[in-house]
Amino acid sequence: MTSIPHPSLASDSPGAIRLRRIGQFLRHNAFALVVLALVVLLGLLAPLLSTTDPHFINPGMRLKPPSGEYLFGTDQMGRDVFARTLYGTRASLAVGLLVALIAIVIGLLIGLVSGYFPLLDGIIMRLMDGIMAIPAIILAVALVAIMGANFVTVITAIVVPEVPRVARLVRSVVLSLRSEPYVEAAISLATPTWRILLRHMLPNTFAPLTVQGSFIIASAILTESALSFLGVGLPPEVPTWGNIMAEGRRFFQLLPGLVFFPGLFLSLTVLAINMLGDGLRDSLDPKLMKRS
Amino acid sequence: MAFYILRRIIATIPVMGVVALLVFSLLYLAPGDPAIIIAGESASAEQLAKMREDMGLDEPMPVQFAKWLGRVVTGDLGTSLHSGKRVSEMIGARVGTTLSLALVTIVLSLLIAIPMGVLAAWARGRFLDKTMMTIAVLGFSTPVFVVGYALIFTFSVKAGWFPVQGFTPLADDPLRFLRTVTLPAFTLSLAYVALVSRITRSSLLEILGEDFIRTARAKGATERRILLRHALRNAAVPILTVAGSAAAFLIGGVVVTESVFNLPGMGRLVVESVLARDYPLIQGLILLLSLIYIGINLLTDLLYSVFDPRIRY
Repeated sequence: MTSIPHPSLASDSPGAIRLRRIGQFLRHNAFALVVLALVVLLGLLAPLLSTTDPHFINPGMRLKPPSGEYLFGTDQMGRDVFARTLYGTRASLAVGLLVALIAIVIGLLIGLVSGYFPLLDGIIMRLMDGIMAIPAIILAVALVAIMGANFVTVITAIVVPEVPRVARLVRSVVLSLRSEPYVEAAISLATPTWRILLRHMLPNTFAPLTVQGSFIIASAILTESALSFLGVGLPPEVPTWGNIMAEGRRFFQLLPGLVFFPGLFLSLTVLAINMLGDGLRDSLDPKLMKRS
Repeated sequence: MAFYILRRIIATIPVMGVVALLVFSLLYLAPGDPAIIIAGESASAEQLAKMREDMGLDEPMPVQFAKWLGRVVTGDLGTSLHSGKRVSEMIGARVGTTLSLALVTIVLSLLIAIPMGVLAAWARGRFLDKTMMTIAVLGFSTPVFVVGYALIFTFSVKAGWFPVQGFTPLADDPLRFLRTVTLPAFTLSLAYVALVSRITRSSLLEILGEDFIRTARAKGATERRILLRHALRNAAVPILTVAGSAAAFLIGGVVVTESVFNLPGMGRLVVESVLARDYPLIQGLILLLSLIYIGINLLTDLLYSVFDPRIRY
């Protein structure tokens, strides 16, 4: 953007600058936003777009290649893979959003407490280090295996490895703010701790958490599909991208589409979310903006 | 220096302790009585009572943990519920495959990622840079199993260059080993390449803004020399940090990659143990893989001083 600054231009009011920055953000992230909008739309409109029930088993139509009626073909039970893939969008987006939301709420609480109360910090951070030392997929696989697979346990298993990352981020924000003059002023005015945390610390975590949140959504969608793919995720009859691929892999050489169509949806969605995360970071992180 | 190394090693002990505690408590997260979980639903009351006594399940939790930890420290990870073999032996039989896959992957990744990052930094803002960075985002957005199947389909099923599945150890036949390990290593390297090339690019760009780079330019050093001698060397520490912490991706990716390519490694053993609900085996595997991860991070820290002589302890 090469806009020549001119003092007399009325468009330099704070509102106009903000508007311009939003416009810039939309332009720079057009691809990601369009892909995401499409994916969300496909998920929402799944009942309208698919002509068959994703659970409908049709033994006469087993393992058919893609055709006009079955856009993505049928699986080994004669179910419509197109319908299943569309419904899979719902499962993946729901898991991604829920995991990000829960992980952020828990991580935020832990991070605020840990950053503000040095006495608890040591213990909490050692625990977080411990969780982070266990590779995420392996921890999730083990948790699901032990608790049994259902929607709640799968969500929990994906949330647990994400929490320490959020907590660390929030803690680092809190630590860097503690020595800010306005926080010291608030402390010396005997402002109650909860008020300092809520009024002065919390708002400063929103920008980094928005960025982190989008990356959590992406990684949660990936982890969920990996769990399903390995056979330890949501029950196989639930249409998720990972489940469709897990069932399709046995017939992969005959009908590669069983793996590739849901795989394409999965990759494009995660790609768009990650690109959006990068875009958010570029426009929300003032330090990076100065550098570029 | 020796003091620093010792201090860093000691600093990992609490983390290892927490990991051990988490792994130990996994069994108690399961709904129901651990004795029933281990002995099976059909076990009689006497069998259960004997089980509790044998495994010390009737003792207080801290005592159980201490005893378990004592055994683990001496290398006794217990016995598999499924095969009855020792967990350490079962894991030991699989280590070679995973280790060779991981080493090939790391070498391959660094060979691809660092030149990619340097090129992107050199072409900053231009088409080449954007292409490289799009490939990088694509790299960690595409799930390992999608990449794996795409590669199998293209190079094994269609082109017939590589075997579809299976593994030949390096010691048996080096040439076949390379044929069986190439696709899995490439699959596994994608996410790693993505992370390392991005950090290479961004740390190079940061360093290229420093004063000494201007000095180097002023004295007439070539752009190539500036990038490789002055900038890349200074970018070594952040690159190393990311390469080390991204090892978690690698360990996680091993689980999926080994299932896709049907490699008899530790990753597939994780899935097998989970599907069989073989708790001692699950615990042993998580413990070991986490310790490997902690070890890699420790090693990364210790390597800092090699790459950056300014870091003195």
